[in-house]
Amino acid sequence: MADYTLNCRGMQCPGPIMQLFQQMKASQPGDTATISVTDMGFKKDIEAWCRKTKNELVSLTEDAGVITAVVRKG
Amino acid sequence: MSENQKTIIVFSGDLDKAMAAMIIASGAAAMGNEVTLFFTFWGLNLLRKPESVKVKKNLLEAMFGWMMPRGARRATLSKMHMGGMGTAMMKYVMKTKNVNTPEELMHNAQEMGVKFIACSMSMDVMGINPEELIDGVEIGGVATYLGSADEANVNLFI
Repeated sequence: MADYTLNCRGMQCPGPIMQLFQQMKASQPGDTATISVTDMGFKKDIEAWCRKTKNELVSLTEDAGVITAVVRKG
Repeated sequence: MSENQKTIIVFSGDLDKAMAAMIIASGAAAMGNEVTLFFTFWGLNLLRKPESVKVKKNLLEAMFGWMMPRGARRATLSKMHMGGMGTAMMKYVMKTKNVNTPEELMHNAQEMGVKFIACSMSMDVMGINPEELIDGVEIGGVATYLGSADEANVNLFI
């Protein structure tokens, strides 16, 4: 199981979910991606994205304006 | 009907509206959707190549060609354009805030597999030839749009 890191800080909507989508497309089921984002809309977006794309949101944290999500490919 | 298909009619060629359409389109593609954009009327200008293409046109068609913006790069705001000042200010602010330009958004949308369809009737009326459009654009009519719209669960008109 691989873990990928995506730094999407400073990127505006829809950049982060597009990056994550591309990464997940290239990943195997069970692989995880850790994505860090500064776009404030991402917190709600990632929940909707995971629900729609059937990927698992493992964790979602926010620290000093940076939102970090860990997503496992379903 | 499929939950995984979306269509947008891109009627407006305004910068702000084009951006909204492109962001929704790429976002939908990133959610795993098949997205079709149908460009008609003023929206067609967004698909034009930024450079002038040598094609035979009659006087009216040539005039239309000169008066309308060539490509997304030359699109202007629907409000506060103020003779170009407002649009320039908006573009500057968006650049400092790391927002993609409409051209970049369109390119990214195509990379994500969003389909671009140019309305053949608008092309005819405005005298726009297929050679004047950016790469990767298909040409179709209302039936093409309706065929996609029938199968989609979100259809927007922007």
